[in-house]
Amino acid sequence: MKQHAFEAQNRPIWERIEVSLEKPSQEDNSKVLAEHYLLLCQHLAIAKERLYDASLVERLNNLVLALYRELYRYRSETRLNFYAFFKRDFPLAIYRHRYFIVLALLVFVLPGLIVGTWTYFDDEAIYTIHGPSEVRGMERMYDPEARKLGREREADTDIFMFGFYIKNNISVAFRCFAGGILVGIGTLLVLFFNGLFIGSVAGHLTRLDYVDTFYPFVVGHGSFELTAIVFSGAAGLRLGYAIINPGPFSRLDSLRLAGRDVVPMLYGIFLMLVIAAFLEAFWSSSTTLGNEIKYAVGALLWALVLLYSFSGRRYESR
Amino acid sequence: MLDTRYRVEIPGGINLEAQVVGPIPRSLAFAIDLAIRGVILFVLSIASIPFGAFGLGGGFFLIFLFAIEWLYPVLFEVFWRGQTPGKKALGISVINDDLTPVTLGTSLVRNLLRTIDFMPLFYLAGLVTMLCNRRFQRLGDLAAGTLVISVRESSRPASQKDIVPLAPSTPLLRTEQTSIIDFLQRSSQLSEPRQRELAGLLEGVTHDKGENGVEKLHRIGAWFLGVR
Repeated sequence: MKQHAFEAQNRPIWERIEVSLEKPSQEDNSKVLAEHYLLLCQHLAIAKERLYDASLVERLNNLVLALYRELYRYRSETRLNFYAFFKRDFPLAIYRHRYFIVLALLVFVLPGLIVGTWTYFDDEAIYTIHGPSEVRGMERMYDPEARKLGREREADTDIFMFGFYIKNNISVAFRCFAGGILVGIGTLLVLFFNGLFIGSVAGHLTRLDYVDTFYPFVVGHGSFELTAIVFSGAAGLRLGYAIINPGPFSRLDSLRLAGRDVVPMLYGIFLMLVIAAFLEAFWSSSTTLGNEIKYAVGALLWALVLLYSFSGRRYESR
Repeated sequence: MLDTRYRVEIPGGINLEAQVVGPIPRSLAFAIDLAIRGVILFVLSIASIPFGAFGLGGGFFLIFLFAIEWLYPVLFEVFWRGQTPGKKALGISVINDDLTPVTLGTSLVRNLLRTIDFMPLFYLAGLVTMLCNRRFQRLGDLAAGTLVISVRESSRPASQKDIVPLAPSTPLLRTEQTSIIDFLQRSSQLSEPRQRELAGLLEGVTHDKGENGVEKLHRIGAWFLGVR
C-alpha cells in the first residue's frame, strides 16, 4: 500500500485519537486506550517497515508516545496509599536505611556532644560559634526571669512561627538530603554544623542554669524534628554511597536506583517536620503548661517516634 | 555528533523515540516559571500585610513561600502532564527515562536536588552536568531517572494534491525512493538554488536540468507517495 492510501485510510482514526488525547477523560478509559495503543503501535511499525516518509513516522511516533504516557498515568504509585505508607512503607524504608541512619546520627550527635561539653565548662566557648548578638538573643529567649514577666504568646504569633518553622526546618532537611549527591559531603556538612549549633546552645544554656525553660521547650518537638533531620541525612548518604560503591551497577544506574529507594524517606521526613513545626509553634511555646506535663508528653512522643522507627524490620522479606 | 534522539523499546515491540531538550529551552522555561513565582509571591506578600506581617498573614506567607520554593514544580509536573507553565510555553515536558509519566517520587527527587544543581550559582553545576551526558540530564535528573523531552509537533508537510505524479523511468531502491520523498516533503525548507543543485545530482533519473529537474523530482516523489 502506498503512503497516501495508507494515510487516507487511517487519518480519521488518528485525528479522533489526537482529539481524545487533548481532553483526556476523567473516568477509566483504559480499555479504549489500550486498543488505540495497540492499533497505533501497528501503524507505526508498518510506517517504519515500509519506509514511509519521516514526517508521518514522527506523527505516529508522537501519537504512540502520548498514548503510552496516558496509559501509564494510572499507576498505583501515583495514588498514595496513606495507610500502607504509615504501616509498612515508611518503617521499612527506615529499616533499610539503618546503617546510614547510624552514620548520620553519629555525625550529627558527636560534634554536638563535644562542643556542648565545651560550652558547658567554658563561658567563652559559645562565642567561637555564634556572634555576641545571637548569644544575647538566645539568652533572653530562655531567661527564666524574663519568662515570668512575659505573658502567654498570642495565637497569631503561633501561626507566624508555624510558617517560620515549616519554611526553615523543612528547607534545611531537604538541603541536607540534596547534599548527598556530592558523594555525601554536602549531607555530612549540614549534619555536622547543625549538630554543632544545637549542641553548643544546649551546653551554654545548661551552664547558665536555664534548664527549666530550655529543655521543656525542646523536648516535645525535638522528637520529630531531630529524628527527621537524621533521616534526611541518611537519605542523602544513601545517594552519596550509591555513587561511591555502585556494586554490580554502573554509577549512574546505582544513583538512579538509590533515587527511587529514598522516596518513602522523603515523604516521611516531610510529614514528620510538619508535625514538628506544629508542636513547636503550638505546644512547646505554651508557658501555661507545667514542666512536668511537658516532660511527660515529651517522653511519650520520643517513645512513639522511636518505637515507630524500629517497627520496619518485620516487613523486610528474607 | 549531537543526536538528541532518545530511544526506548516499549511493550508492543516498538522503538519509541523522543527528542531530549537542551539547556536553552529549559532555561527559558525556568525563567518563565521564576517570573510566575515572583508575581505570585509579590501578590501574596501584599495580600498578607493586612493580616499581620508577624502574625496570621506572615505565617501563611511563609508557608506559601516554602510551597512555591520547593513544591511548585513538583505539583505541576505530577498533575499537569510533566509540565510547569514555563515548560508548557516552551513545549517541553518532564518524563521518566522509560518514557512513562513522572510520578510524585521521581519529580520530588529531581526537584529537591535543584538546590545542588543551582550551585555554586545560576545552575552552573546543572549546566555542566547536562553538557557532560548525551541526554542533557542535570544532577536531579540523573538521580531521579528523568528526562526533559520536546512535545511540540513539528510542522506537517504541505499537501501534494496539486502535483501530477510521474512514474520514474528506471526502477529505484527503496532507500532511494525515500530520499526522493523526503526531498519533496522538505522542499519548502530548502532554497530554490539548493533544490536545483540537489536535483541536478539526479539527472540520470529525471533526464532534465534546473527548474524542470526539480519539478520532475517532485512529481516522482508524489508518485512514490501514491498521489493519484
